[in-house]
Amino acid sequence: MKKKQFLIGFLAVIALTVTLYFVLKKPVTEEVYQELNDVTFIELDEETILKSGFINDIGVSQVIQNCTQCHSSKLVTQNRLNKTGWEASIKWMQETQNLWDLGKNEERIVNYLAKNYAPETEGRRTNIEVAEWYELE
Amino acid sequence: MNRRKFASKLTLATISSVLGTEIVFGNQMPKDYEPLGLLNPDPFKLFKKDSEMVLLNDKPWNMEAKAHLLNDKVTPNKFMFIRNNGKIPQNITAANWKLTIDGESVQTTKSYSLQELKSKFKTHTYQLTLECGGNGRSEFNPPAKGNQWTIGAVSCANWTGVRLRDVLQDVGIKSDGVYIGYHAADTHLSGDPNKEPISRGVPITKAMQDETLLAFEMNGNPIPLTHGFPLRLVCGGWPASTSGKWLERISIRNIVHDGAKMGGSSYRVPCETVSPGSKVEESDMCIIESMPVKSIITYPKSGALLKNKSLKINGHAWAGELQVQKMEYSIDFGSTWKSCTLEKPVNRLAWQHFNAKVSFPKKGYYEVWARATDENGKSQPMILPGWNPKGYLNNACHRIAVKVVES
Repeated sequence: MKKKQFLIGFLAVIALTVTLYFVLKKPVTEEVYQELNDVTFIELDEETILKSGFINDIGVSQVIQNCTQCHSSKLVTQNRLNKTGWEASIKWMQETQNLWDLGKNEERIVNYLAKNYAPETEGRRTNIEVAEWYELE
Repeated sequence: MNRRKFASKLTLATISSVLGTEIVFGNQMPKDYEPLGLLNPDPFKLFKKDSEMVLLNDKPWNMEAKAHLLNDKVTPNKFMFIRNNGKIPQNITAANWKLTIDGESVQTTKSYSLQELKSKFKTHTYQLTLECGGNGRSEFNPPAKGNQWTIGAVSCANWTGVRLRDVLQDVGIKSDGVYIGYHAADTHLSGDPNKEPISRGVPITKAMQDETLLAFEMNGNPIPLTHGFPLRLVCGGWPASTSGKWLERISIRNIVHDGAKMGGSSYRVPCETVSPGSKVEESDMCIIESMPVKSIITYPKSGALLKNKSLKINGHAWAGELQVQKMEYSIDFGSTWKSCTLEKPVNRLAWQHFNAKVSFPKKGYYEVWARATDENGKSQPMILPGWNPKGYLNNACHRIAVKVVES
């Protein structure tokens, strides 16, 4: 049984490698990303997600795959935007920063961001947050 | 790197991270490919920054100071904020560096080596305030997209170089020249060699000011790599993005410069004020020029517990192209204001130092608020100023918290 599983796994890797080889031969990056985004949702392992700095929720793998090729996760996680805001941000990156078509992953990515990195109402000034009170001599 | 190589390199990076298993395809990786994880050195060591500085972003590098770190009269490198839009250029050789002046409105396109710039033109040193246009962005509501700067994206170092004016006059400007735009050696985050991460500029009038420098030294040493080595355009008092790092080329334009991050919502605000969260058409956005009046209390650090009822405070104030005329503080949430001692700037466009001795009436929690007023009578607002899509120009008064615990 284990042998059979191994064999299937092995063949899968070979098949993927061959596919990727042909995909890689294409000179235009955009098409490659587009194809990958259209194929399927590929989920990353827990450790990769943990290391990424993103909140672990549905869509995090697609966010890591598509957003951190050019910039770090910090550029995303320090921001707070609603759905329209995240969509506008993606559109801006597509129009000016070489971001590719996110295909069917876009909806997942936008929903993930709008849920986990949503704006909080702050008013015109928040209370001063003191990290640590200290005695001044 | 040619376009094709760039594409296949990026693709490999994608695939490996898509699968989360770099090892499987490890043997297929080209020799010059470095996995992303290995490209993250310690930025504090790399850029010689103080460990108390705050890292906002590691790709591209963005780092800010905290108010109390900016207590020096002249900002040393270790407390200077980093704002990079793209990747820092690699393999810079100062000896081979060239600055080219070209554009529609140049009399003759001309190039200068660093040595030629230094020997041909008179050298000047000015202390110049450089503040990121988005300093204070984190406070905007609804939130604005971008690096969430709090208060520390400002510096005032000594910059040494030649006047841009002297160089522009040497090449000759045609009568239709209205703007200059810079081009630099940093590279785009996407790796696309045909894209510039940022290429901004200033009107000719700003370019011709005494203090607008082509700088090769910061605080008496070659400019640190992350701040623009070996040559940087420095336009004090304007959004620091106009001070192009790793400067290779300046174009004298017969139109408002149209390089990367000159249009859209980049470094632009609504020409007419809008309600928070409004959608603003591109045609209704105007380029930020001089930065507004602002100040920070750099001593003491927020959170001081005081054993007596008096406290010495000090800090800096600046007002873009203008001078700061008056500096005040309040300990009662803006109900009453008292004057601070305010020094003159060491030169135009340098920040000014202030200090005051504060007396508290009794035990309790206090906020010390600081408010500067420029020479035109404009003061810092107490709450956030006008909302704008990208969260620029937050000059709301700086506040520190203190408690008088016994006396």
